[in-house]
Amino acid sequence: MKQLDFEGQYSKFWTKFERTLDARKDADNESLENFPSEYRRLCQHLAMAKSRRYSTGLIGRLNDLVQRGYEALYGQQVKNHGLLIEYFRYGFPAALRSNATYLWVSAAVFVLPFIAMMVATFVNDQIIYSVMDASNVRGMESMYEPSAEKFGRERQADSDIMMFGFYIYNNIGIAFKCFAVGLFAGVGSLFMLAYNGVVLGGVSGHLTALNYTETFYPFVVGHGSFELTAIVFSGAAGLKLGFAFLSPGQYSRVKAIQLAASDAMKIMYGVFIMLLIAAFIEAFWSSSSLMPNWVKYSVGAFLWFIVYYYCFFWSRNKVALYLSQNAAR
Amino acid sequence: MRLDTICPVETPEGTDLQAELAGLVPRALAYSVDFLLRMAILMALSIVLMVAGRVGDGLLLIAFFLLEWGYPVFFEVLRNGQTIGKKAFAIKVVNEDLTPVRFGSSFIRNLLRTADIFPFLYVSGSISMIVTKKFQRLGDLAAKTIVVYDERPEHNTALLDSVEPVTPSYPMTEDQQTAFVNFALNRGQLSDARQHEIAAIIQPKMPMRVTDPVEYVRGVGKWLLGAK
Repeated sequence: MKQLDFEGQYSKFWTKFERTLDARKDADNESLENFPSEYRRLCQHLAMAKSRRYSTGLIGRLNDLVQRGYEALYGQQVKNHGLLIEYFRYGFPAALRSNATYLWVSAAVFVLPFIAMMVATFVNDQIIYSVMDASNVRGMESMYEPSAEKFGRERQADSDIMMFGFYIYNNIGIAFKCFAVGLFAGVGSLFMLAYNGVVLGGVSGHLTALNYTETFYPFVVGHGSFELTAIVFSGAAGLKLGFAFLSPGQYSRVKAIQLAASDAMKIMYGVFIMLLIAAFIEAFWSSSSLMPNWVKYSVGAFLWFIVYYYCFFWSRNKVALYLSQNAAR
Repeated sequence: MRLDTICPVETPEGTDLQAELAGLVPRALAYSVDFLLRMAILMALSIVLMVAGRVGDGLLLIAFFLLEWGYPVFFEVLRNGQTIGKKAFAIKVVNEDLTPVRFGSSFIRNLLRTADIFPFLYVSGSISMIVTKKFQRLGDLAAKTIVVYDERPEHNTALLDSVEPVTPSYPMTEDQQTAFVNFALNRGQLSDARQHEIAAIIQPKMPMRVTDPVEYVRGVGKWLLGAK
């Protein structure tokens, strides 16, 4: 069959198919019912047009129609309203527990420099200047000076919302970056974890040595549970990417990274939520000077307990069951 | 190895779907448009929020965060794989199997943007795009996504209505037939001078009576399409 005859015979069918595609949700039931079989018929037309070497213009048009039909047929958005609840009940804890090794490594790379630097700055008040410059150290000292009325990183009342914005922008950005740079064989994540450990450890040790403990620790104890833990989690997710790159096992390197990334993302969604909570606590609770310290310590201890209980111990059997059922996903 | 920007994907129906991959340059241009747009939004917001003082600063930082991390994901998921910049350059993000990109993949490819930017100005991403067959940056590789052209192809045989079909004077191979037909149908995209230049190459092969080589080639093209 020559091309013009072919077009003459089927162009009405193609136009009708295109109209169904354009209408999408408004299409009538009959054309929706016929859609899959019409789509298959169109696929056949494309194959015929190609094997008969019809003009590129016609093949292009048919290819475009098939492409749109393919998207409509296979690109269905599955609405699953229970997904978020399922994620927080099982998905997030399961993702953490099945990646325990990365979490341990990540925690070690963050906590060990933290402790080392804390001890170092505690015994020697000059060491802090090797990781922070003098003006930053002065700024940090003045923030937690016990004589200040409202301690924390800022003092005025209307600054709470500003700091909330800052914590969202800064802390979540750091966590996302800490994950992403793990792609470079894990080196990026290791560096960011250790660096944050060194700086935060240095600040803690330095302020402890200055005896600013009455202002510093009640401030950090509340949001620290979510914030520090989330940073370690994001580092672990990055390390998982990096390890897949280094040691892809039975997969190709790219395939291994794809699998690692989709699993690591299950951690990162949770990290995002944890840092949102942390920013909220840090901006509106931690900086408040109305609460006596014992309340802040109690709430802080409760939050630390909640975070770790939820992540690692909460409904262990069900999460393990969920893991074994979704091993393929 | 055959170098081609056409990326074929076999559908479950057994047909090869084709998409044309977008390379570094259109993607960089689309990114620049998005970047300038984001900056413009931020600038406008910073002026509006100036009246709100420190509360405004906080909201501005949240907007900054959302524009940096959320903007591409939002558009890619809800606007058929196209941010505003991508739409301007008629390219879109799709999964490697050409299905529309969903939240999960879009989030991965945009989180890993940081790795692509490293150490500055998308150096890692550019290298990755240049060395991979499907022009994928690192985020694309991990998320199994590609960026393809999204153009409605023009096809209109009515362009040939005024042409008299001409029976070719000698047997033609399949490749020659394809070349004649495509020349006949591609008239709109070539200048008259270029059409003459191309058609004149084969004028010695045409019958002596032919005066206008372009009309002859188009006539043969129309005949090959089935017009008598």
